[in-house]
Amino acid sequence: MAEVLVYVDHVDGAVRKPTLELLTLARRIGEPVAVALGAGAADTAAVLGEHGAVKVLTHDASEYADYLVVPKVDALQAAVEAVSPAAVLVPSSAEGKEIAARLALRIGSGIITDAVDLEAGDTGPVATQSVFAASFTTKSRVSQGTPVITVKPNSAAVEAAPATPAVSELSVAFSAQATGTKVTGRTPRESTGRPELTEAAIVVSGGRGVNGSENFAIIEALADSLGAAVGASRAAVDAGWYPHTNQVGQTGKSVSPQLYIANGISGAIQHRAGMQTSKTIVAVNKDAEAPIFDLVDYGVVGDLFDVVPALTQEINTRKG
Amino acid sequence: MSLRIVVTVKYVPDATGDRHFADDLTVDRDDVDGLLSELDEYAVEQALQISENSDDDIEVTVLTVGPEDAKDALRKALSMGADKAIHVEDDDLHGTDALGTSLVLAKAVEKAGYDLVISGMASTDGTMGVVPALLAERLGVPQVTLLSEVSVEGGTVKGRRDGDSATEQLEASLPAVVSVTDQSGEARYPSFKGIMAAKKKPVEAWDLSDLDLEAGQVGLEGSYTTVDSAAERPARTAGTIVKDEGEGGKQLAEFLASQKFI
Ligand SMILES: Cc1cc2nc3c(=O)[nH]c(=O)nc-3n(C[C@H](O)[C@H](O)[C@H](O)COP(=O)(O)OP(=O)(O)OC[C@H]3O[C@@H](n4cnc5c(N)ncnc54)[C@H](O)[C@@H]3O)c2cc1C
Ligand SMILES: Cc1cc2nc3c(=O)[nH]c(=O)nc-3n(C[C@H](O)[C@H](O)[C@H](O)COP(=O)(O)OP(=O)(O)OC[C@H]3O[C@@H](n4cnc5c(N)ncnc54)[C@H](O)[C@@H]3O)c2cc1C
Repeated sequence: MAEVLVYVDHVDGAVRKPTLELLTLARRIGEPVAVALGAGAADTAAVLGEHGAVKVLTHDASEYADYLVVPKVDALQAAVEAVSPAAVLVPSSAEGKEIAARLALRIGSGIITDAVDLEAGDTGPVATQSVFAASFTTKSRVSQGTPVITVKPNSAAVEAAPATPAVSELSVAFSAQATGTKVTGRTPRESTGRPELTEAAIVVSGGRGVNGSENFAIIEALADSLGAAVGASRAAVDAGWYPHTNQVGQTGKSVSPQLYIANGISGAIQHRAGMQTSKTIVAVNKDAEAPIFDLVDYGVVGDLFDVVPALTQEINTRKG
Repeated sequence: MSLRIVVTVKYVPDATGDRHFADDLTVDRDDVDGLLSELDEYAVEQALQISENSDDDIEVTVLTVGPEDAKDALRKALSMGADKAIHVEDDDLHGTDALGTSLVLAKAVEKAGYDLVISGMASTDGTMGVVPALLAERLGVPQVTLLSEVSVEGGTVKGRRDGDSATEQLEASLPAVVSVTDQSGEARYPSFKGIMAAKKKPVEAWDLSDLDLEAGQVGLEGSYTTVDSAAERPARTAGTIVKDEGEGGKQLAEFLASQKFI
């Protein structure tokens, strides 16, 4: 059976959920071979095996942390040359897309970004994309070379498929470009203890209607009652009420949770671009004409300062 | 010292319009008003700021690859304050994918001459966000991408990249390819004077032969990807909307419970 390379997104050996989703998708088109790079790479093997990786290729070197993107491209290219895969799958993060693009160019292949589904086709994998702020669904293929496809988080349910992977060290020769862009400083993001925005099953967001950073406590309380991640509109972020890393939308994160709750958000096209594929959409907005109501499964026309605390209280009561 | 900055700008269908696909599954650019991709305004802005903050002699060129109407995007950038423009236009470019676009841009940037290329973080139509990285790969120069802060001094570009798990400080020697996010600083509005001045600024027109490219390397024919179908997403079925008369929170909780979220 053909092998499919899966690029592993991990932090010091802790594999992020989108990679496990990729392993699930990879099994539809072949046998997953995972590539894990950097500090803790070898520690990923067990969880990758549980999710179906038949081989794990690892490599650690200081270059991965000290320089931007290119060392990882060099490594992935070495993996492609070692394995001759039928496709290469990469998580659709900002960095993942850059790595995938440069790899595709080097190996003479096409690239598809932001796939939301993947299936085997007669001439290779067929990717589904959700485009124009999720108003169209396209099916595309890579028609030249080894398909390089980046897949959005939450595109598949993670399935376990225990395998005992052969773990081996990848041999990587860094290119002249590898050291071109130095990382001269790094401040890790502090964990809030809440789920990752792009991976969360439930996202609770606040917009301009929240009217002040101190009021975001209301949004956070609702999120915590549901075990949800907190999102924000660009208006709320630009006003300095919530960090940019929590922005949902075209220039923020794109989320696709089971449940999205928009509070005090009008539903501008650029916001919709980042949440329209959520399975169930709920909104609280005092303006009955707000465009967000065109999207909702359930909407409450009302003041969020009344509705949201009441909702939180009711949830906490029910949970007892 | 003098510094040549090339800003890549894309002409895109207005996101608030009725965007759709043509029969050949390429973007229909005739039926919808086009404009300079808003995210490229941030790239023009940073180029102008680098120029204004420097004692060097800096020339800002804006470059687009696109159909005739794409001139509008160049005019907007010129009226913001760019010095000159290059328009790569050729019927054979119709349907070019990301790899093809980066090839044409790389050839054009090399022909124009550059010390620094500045791009937007992503276009507002394809939204791939890969063209700057592809350009850097093709040009063989450092990529310093997705910057929310950028500065250039003495042949070095520095910037801040706010990533998923960390904020990174980056540094590279020129020549380099930079891309900037919408966090990099509000883009200016063209002044009346700027709009008038733009009319007199030079716009060079190049086609594929000017770049030593063949039709088969670009367009639908030269594409590395194929779109098989494009279907409009069915409108969401109308949901339940209630007015809060004191029970809105409870009613919403009821709905969430019925959907097994609580
Ligand atoms: C290139 C570009 C990229 C962009 N990217 C993004 C992006 O990634 N994400 C994003 O979100 N936006 C993005 N935007 C901005 C977008 O166009 C909107 O400006 C933004 O989404 C508006 O945010 P909002 O809905 O919070 O604010 P508004 O549109 O001002 O809406 C606020 C809403 O809150 C309601 N409200 C007010 N008070 C209350 C109350 N007490 N109770 C209940 N409801 C209340 C109002 O009725 C209103 O509907 C982008 C724009 C551009 C041009
Ligand atoms: C909905 C949709 C989906 C697509 N999916 C794919 C796909 O999966 N694979 C694929 O290969 N192609 C795809 N394409 C085609 C691709 O978007 C275009 O070929 C293209 O010009 C490059 O991608 P982008 O505009 O998304 O670039 P991005 O990488 O998002 O653009 C980043 C920056 O590059 C610069 N730039 C991009 N294009 C130009 C230009 N023409 N002139 C000047 N500067 C430019 C701008 O500064 C821009 O801000 C898709 C197009 C659409 C409309």
